[in-house]
Amino acid sequence: MFENLPLIALQQYWWVIVSVLGALLVFLLFVQGGQTMLGVLSRDSSEKTMLVNSIGRKWDLTFTTLVTFGGAFFASFPLFYSTSFGGAYWVWMAILFAFIIQAVSYEYRTKASNFLGQGTYEIFLFLNGLLGTILLGAAVSTFFTGSQFLVDKMNLVTLDSGNMPVISSWQTPFHGLEAVWTLEHLAFLQNIALGLAVFFLARINANLYFINNINDSQIEKRSRRVLKTNTIFFLIFFLFWVIRLMFLDGFAVNPETKEVFMESNKYLNNLLQMPLVLVLFLLGVVSVLFGIFKGLFTTAKNGIWFSGLGTVLTVLALFFLAGFNNTAYYPSTYDLQSSLTIENSSSSHFTLTAMSYVSILVPFVLAYIFYAWRSMDKKKIDRNEVESDPHLY
Amino acid sequence: MGNIDFSLVDWSRAQFALTAMYHWIFVPLTLGLSFILAIMESIYVKTGNPEWKDTTKFWMTIFGINFAIGVATGIILEFEFGTNWSNYSWFVGDIFGAPLAIEGIMAFFMESTFIAVMFFGWNKVSKKFHLVSTWLVAIGSNLSALWILVANGWMQLPGGTKFNPDTARNEMIDFWSVLFSPVAINKFLHTVTSAYVLAAIVVIGISAYYLLKSKHSLFAKKSIVVAAVFGLISSLYLITTGDGSAKQVAKYQPMKLAVMEGLYEGSEGAPLQAIGVLVDAPTDKNPNQKEVKMNIALPGGLSFLSFGDFNAFVPGINDLLYGNSKYGIEPYQDKIAKGKLAIDALRNYRLAKKAGNEDEAKQHLAVLNANYKYFGYGFYSGRSEQELVPDVPLVFYAFHIMVGLGSYFVVFFILMLFLTMKNKIQDNRIILILAVLTLPLAFVAQQAGWIVAEVGRQPWVIQNLMPTIAAVSQISSTNVMITFGLFLLVFTALLIAELKIIFAQIKKGPEAHSGNN
Repeated sequence: MFENLPLIALQQYWWVIVSVLGALLVFLLFVQGGQTMLGVLSRDSSEKTMLVNSIGRKWDLTFTTLVTFGGAFFASFPLFYSTSFGGAYWVWMAILFAFIIQAVSYEYRTKASNFLGQGTYEIFLFLNGLLGTILLGAAVSTFFTGSQFLVDKMNLVTLDSGNMPVISSWQTPFHGLEAVWTLEHLAFLQNIALGLAVFFLARINANLYFINNINDSQIEKRSRRVLKTNTIFFLIFFLFWVIRLMFLDGFAVNPETKEVFMESNKYLNNLLQMPLVLVLFLLGVVSVLFGIFKGLFTTAKNGIWFSGLGTVLTVLALFFLAGFNNTAYYPSTYDLQSSLTIENSSSSHFTLTAMSYVSILVPFVLAYIFYAWRSMDKKKIDRNEVESDPHLY
Repeated sequence: MGNIDFSLVDWSRAQFALTAMYHWIFVPLTLGLSFILAIMESIYVKTGNPEWKDTTKFWMTIFGINFAIGVATGIILEFEFGTNWSNYSWFVGDIFGAPLAIEGIMAFFMESTFIAVMFFGWNKVSKKFHLVSTWLVAIGSNLSALWILVANGWMQLPGGTKFNPDTARNEMIDFWSVLFSPVAINKFLHTVTSAYVLAAIVVIGISAYYLLKSKHSLFAKKSIVVAAVFGLISSLYLITTGDGSAKQVAKYQPMKLAVMEGLYEGSEGAPLQAIGVLVDAPTDKNPNQKEVKMNIALPGGLSFLSFGDFNAFVPGINDLLYGNSKYGIEPYQDKIAKGKLAIDALRNYRLAKKAGNEDEAKQHLAVLNANYKYFGYGFYSGRSEQELVPDVPLVFYAFHIMVGLGSYFVVFFILMLFLTMKNKIQDNRIILILAVLTLPLAFVAQQAGWIVAEVGRQPWVIQNLMPTIAAVSQISSTNVMITFGLFLLVFTALLIAELKIIFAQIKKGPEAHSGNN
């Protein structure tokens, strides 16, 4: 089935899969968003326990999605893996440390003799929520603003005078951190804006999730109140980012020569030239706003489904903008021709085919996750449960 | 571009070793305990006896504490291939990325979804669904081990691929021979059975502590029975997979085998060192030569272990380094020269291609293909072949510690099972103390095993094709030193927290709350 597809079709298929994983990840970052509001939304320890347990039963899924996103990216576009991870070393290390400290925090927070103390684990959760979202958002923004690296596969054979045979080399000693102070085209503003937009979006989704998942009037009231502030900040940063993106020069690829060149309003052009993506994007944004509307102006508890779906659709559209329609998805401002495209950075036809068969499993995975969640969430978390069950986070 | 930065290579290796060794403190317990939990819960569901539920729940608490830190230390390993071994990620990403992605899709989601049901679902889902979830956690975590060990096995015996000179990387041509590579399968079986042995020893050790304190005796004895049976079966299988490993190392990684045994001069009927001490014994030929002293050796044992024949020839380090014409072994310098030919041919091929000179490109390609299997040796052109020998004492001692402990564990399980069956275990304090003392040894054996496997294959990241110096990311070694320090600090703090929490839980002991569900 897949083996008969041309390479470019498989590359596009895998760009879609990576995008879906990325989009699901951003939605699941509601766990991180929630972690930054434990103090704001609770007044006593039972309330905090409800909040922690509500997102605590989902944290592993967000974590796993991040790991799978990385694995799928590695399998399908290995040149990205070697260029970005090895190059933007400090950004990725910071993200990883933020997730390392999260992984133990739920389990250890309230356990006896936990060495670092409950407060420390709560700080870990907060840091994970803050850094995890902002850094991932900023990293994705560099898909549009570019980074400074050089790729030369010939370097593998430059042995003379004992040189390091390195294929991808980053051109700044800050290894990715420069994304937040690169002045050229105000890239730093753009990167920070998307980072903050993701941060506030994660908090919005967390508010709506708490409203849905916890049966407690006080938490619900506070969630709806904080939702308002989060929405205002989200809109400021997101609109700034999107509107500027439409006017930015983008990294286009000549379909014949495969040469990368700068095209004005590239991402606006991409939206207009790919009407399906435009529809996806608009549907996504409207759906997020509708979810927020439900949370702010109605008593409905199902806002999370709309904002969640909307988040997925919007992020999908952004990934498509970055990778499709002859666009370099990981551009190099140092050397335009080193920029990564889905064509020049992908795995071989054979590997993409084999992995495509594996991808057939994805719907089954989604199905059992959905089934398990439903079974577990049928009964909402309430004060009664957290005060009687000794086996809680 | 700069000169080869050995401090960068060393720090990058040190960081990988540190993170992998920390991760591997926790993973084997997860792999083994998940099955022990599933067995215990099955007994509970089958018998309806609430004591089994309490037993399951206690071990589940220990499992959860250990699992969290396993996850924390694990995420970095996947990404480290990119962050610190960037060249590697491109050179073999076409093969190596696949198992990592499959691991995520197939195993991690299963594990993380059903672990939430397992921990929090006791009163939320049916008894059957809960039991199925516990089994799926065990299957999921063991599946993840399968895929990562397939990846590791492939590094030790790269098969099912072809080098593509146009993309300067290896490309997969046969998925099944990557998955079912004999090294991968054996490595998986050897590793997971060793994990089952460790988990069984942990369960027995903690239970023995309760018996010594005369607390929770019924619970402790129930746990020991399950663990001893599980451990004995696993340890017997562990020995056979270990034997399989030795034969594969002999076949595919002869240098590793020679180093494991400290064998410098190869011979027919080579002896197997049971115990011994390595001392320096430099010769004119090999200034780094060592000798095994104060040893007890089994004559012909190594030949038999390696090839199933007491008289077979086993090459030593010197045979491999300097060649042995009688047995058709090429000296390393010849391999280095051929590797250099391959690398030069690749460069010339690409230059000719660029210039549009197809005929010339074809000639270079022929040279490349003829010498490709030595490609990695070429990076040592102009250097001493001694750089291609792993750390002999480290691997030698690690190997003997692993084998010694592995053999002891079989005897240990037989003893535990026998005494429990005779209902005599609680009266035998010496045996109980022995069981508690055996617990840390299981962890020592695990670490020793990985030292043999990974230090023993140095300098190869991919056997014969890519050495560490050609695999590393280009970052200043200061950066890696800083992250190394951070990992050391964070992981050590988390380890202390984990141990303190587990000790507190052990002290608290299992709770009897069999009223629920």
